[in-house]
Amino acid sequence: MAGGAKSKSRQIEENFADVHPPLSVDEAVTEAARCLYCYDAPCMRACPTHIDIPGFIRQILHRNPIGSARTILDANIFGGSCARVCPTEVLCEGACVDNTMLKAPVQIGRLQRFACDSAHDVSQKFYKPGPSTGKRIAIVGAGPAGLTCAHELRKRGHDVTIYEAGKVAGGLNTLGIAAYKITTDFALTEVNRIISMGVVLRLNSPVNGQKLAQMLGEYDAVFFSIGLGRTAPLGIPGEKLKGVWESLEFIFQTHTKPLARCKVGKHVVVVGGGNTAMDAANAAIKLGAESVTIAYRRDRSAMPAFEHEYDYTLGNKVQFVWNARPVRFVGKAGKAVGLRCVRTKQGKSSRGGKLTDIPKSEFTISGDMIIKALGQEPLLDLVGAIPKLKLNKKHRIVTDPATGATSVPKLFAGGDCALVPMEEVVSAVQSGKVGAAGIDRMLTEAK
Amino acid sequence: MTSTNGNGRLPNGSEWGVDLSIDFCGVRSPNPFWLASAPPTNSAYQVRRAYDAGWGGVVWKTLAHEPIVNVSSRYGSIDYDGRKIAGLNNIELITDRTLEDNLREIEAVKKDYPDYALFVSLMVESNREAWHDIVKQTQQTGCDGLELNFGCPHGMSERGMGAAVGQVPEYAKMITSWVKEVAQIPVIVKLTPNVTDVRLVGRAAKEGGADALSLINTINSVMGVDLETLAPKPQVRGYGSHGGYCGPAVKPIALNMVSQIAADPAIGIPVSGIGGIQAWQDAMEHMLLGATSTQVCTAVMHYGFRIVEQLISGMSTWMLQKGFSRPTDFIGKSVERIRDWGDLDLSYKVVAEISPERCINCGLCYIACEDGCHQSIKIERVDEEKYLKRMKKTRDERTFVSGGEQYVHGAGDGFVNVFSINQDTCVGCNMCSLVCPVEGCITMKEIDTGKPKMSWKEYQALLAAGKVDPIKPPEHV
Repeated sequence: MAGGAKSKSRQIEENFADVHPPLSVDEAVTEAARCLYCYDAPCMRACPTHIDIPGFIRQILHRNPIGSARTILDANIFGGSCARVCPTEVLCEGACVDNTMLKAPVQIGRLQRFACDSAHDVSQKFYKPGPSTGKRIAIVGAGPAGLTCAHELRKRGHDVTIYEAGKVAGGLNTLGIAAYKITTDFALTEVNRIISMGVVLRLNSPVNGQKLAQMLGEYDAVFFSIGLGRTAPLGIPGEKLKGVWESLEFIFQTHTKPLARCKVGKHVVVVGGGNTAMDAANAAIKLGAESVTIAYRRDRSAMPAFEHEYDYTLGNKVQFVWNARPVRFVGKAGKAVGLRCVRTKQGKSSRGGKLTDIPKSEFTISGDMIIKALGQEPLLDLVGAIPKLKLNKKHRIVTDPATGATSVPKLFAGGDCALVPMEEVVSAVQSGKVGAAGIDRMLTEAK
Repeated sequence: MTSTNGNGRLPNGSEWGVDLSIDFCGVRSPNPFWLASAPPTNSAYQVRRAYDAGWGGVVWKTLAHEPIVNVSSRYGSIDYDGRKIAGLNNIELITDRTLEDNLREIEAVKKDYPDYALFVSLMVESNREAWHDIVKQTQQTGCDGLELNFGCPHGMSERGMGAAVGQVPEYAKMITSWVKEVAQIPVIVKLTPNVTDVRLVGRAAKEGGADALSLINTINSVMGVDLETLAPKPQVRGYGSHGGYCGPAVKPIALNMVSQIAADPAIGIPVSGIGGIQAWQDAMEHMLLGATSTQVCTAVMHYGFRIVEQLISGMSTWMLQKGFSRPTDFIGKSVERIRDWGDLDLSYKVVAEISPERCINCGLCYIACEDGCHQSIKIERVDEEKYLKRMKKTRDERTFVSGGEQYVHGAGDGFVNVFSINQDTCVGCNMCSLVCPVEGCITMKEIDTGKPKMSWKEYQALLAAGKVDPIKPPEHV
């Protein structure tokens, strides 16, 4: 019995091995040789942080992986993480001209990982703080946006204190992405690179509206990067049943607990059709669920998950039930035993098409764990408590795209709590860079 | 022992219905693909394998009275952006085997492979008796001919042999004539490229009685420096020496010299072309510029004897396409196409044209023209949607949908770079078409300048006579 248990835990560890394993030197150089070294390269323009991709690939080709890592990190201090978690298929690799010529892009993400890992393996240090300016900036939230902002400000010599509500730094990059894409340890090494720039990090330090007002008085500037809150509730009966989970809570555990001790149902149902739903479903399979079913209220063509995520999920034998709108969680003795759904009909085959229920079409998907993956809600308690802070209709903070400045003087914002082009680490990083540059300009001009 | 390449037939193109065989100074060879005097022809074991693989001829690695002593290591190479061995060099010397062993093996191999060409390379001290002795001993083996190694640029040259002979026309002539005093079989003189004008030594060899010339031998070279140890490559206990450079990268140098020899009216003897032959096209180019046979070394050292199958197949299909029945139909056909620059037509003009359908938007043509050439390519930022409207036919190949959004290959930041040629300023230099990675995307089109044919030499004469106006320089940015 003990032997069996051990092999099961080893199996789970193996299941969580890298989706895209690291490239060997030979693989990297051969792949790098494919890059055409485009001028004004589409890949570089498609990258939200505008990494000089042809440049860093040429550095790999010419056996300078350390220089390559610097090229990457200069543009994106989370280069190693983004190499692992970016949806490269729709960003750099989707733009790659080799798609047109050869029907296959250069594997930019894996090359980026090769370069960043090479620097990491020799503990290469690239950056040091700039000469002190005496200016003090508070950053709220230690996710990729806040940390990037901190890094950029430290490079320019400003003092930075980060207030983080949670126990660990790195935000969703550390905890919110399924562990088969990025390990907790790796995510934290990229966090530590930034902290070692002399950033004061205060963990377990939540901020409220009152505290923020105080900070705006106390500091020369504040960068707000609090991310988003809980998964949106379904608002249907049974949501409190045991066995009903939020997707992020489910994924967090793969970073905070040994994998063999993570909770997973025997039959798991995931509600939603986005990338987080795919992550949760795949993680459930890898943790040993016997069956995983994704229930999505629209059809496949309307699904917001990326094609490559969908393909990967299908490959893991996850079942998809389309046009299924949850109406209630089915419980027995306080525990979830299934999800009651009604069939829907879609007006048009697009995301905006009107959805109608088909009468008398209710059915139940059995499951002892039901994971809600419906996107996070803004932290309205917090952003709503700041006087004169302009929000958009979806309660995201409106910022100047060139500076990250909000409608409140001295307050800048970035990351998912603000309006970013996509909810990805790479977009958060870019907003942190923009914010830092905006703050620096404001402080320098104020002299 | 077989005298065929395994399938019961000589490797002479008969299965293709063409005749690849050649006659080189009276020596028959089933095809023009020979192995150069080099490491692959050091022993009977290797030469038998080569013939069995389909090589038409072999030049046995250079014989001497005494075996030489080699160093370790011996070879260095340069790679080109991910491809191995664009060029190779060596500091290896001539045969490391005894003369007796070599002669015994040569005799046995020739007996077993009577239908294949077998030349033997020779190099001894610059002494008449020594040359007479080795020539007499060698021709007793029944080999088809001799090749005098006047080209080896390293090691032997410092002892007054190899290139030390081949760089001085008088020496080359003298030694060739010594050899011809006793030789009863054809004598090829192998030329070194490490001279200012290869024709001078070629003419001297001819005057000494050479029946044929082969070229090029390897080029003086230092392969590189190991950036870790700061030692040259290849290294021998941390030191190196200049060596002989060969491989794909040297072909253009070889073609120039082969064509110079072939075009020289004072020479007029058969040529065996050597230098950078790796694909069948390389060999055909050597032949079009005057070579009757070709010799290969580096490509075989890299990939083995088996490459001859692709050489034979490539040559045969090309001959069929071009309507050539036998090598003499085309040997030397392009020699007269190489002229003095002053004879080229100044009125001829080509300009580049980019196919929008084939263009993948990489921008390599643009930056090459902009920074290195004549600033004649326009770059236009076209909004993604507008671009797709233009690309109606290939729209599907250029777009994909993921997560309900459409993405465009070659686009970034919402736009696509579209490139076009400014044909008014394009000078027709070819550079954009050379860098373009897509087959058939950039073509060079002839345009009618309306001007009569006029070479630079004619232009000078007309100018002097006041019959033409000076040609205006092109406009520059």
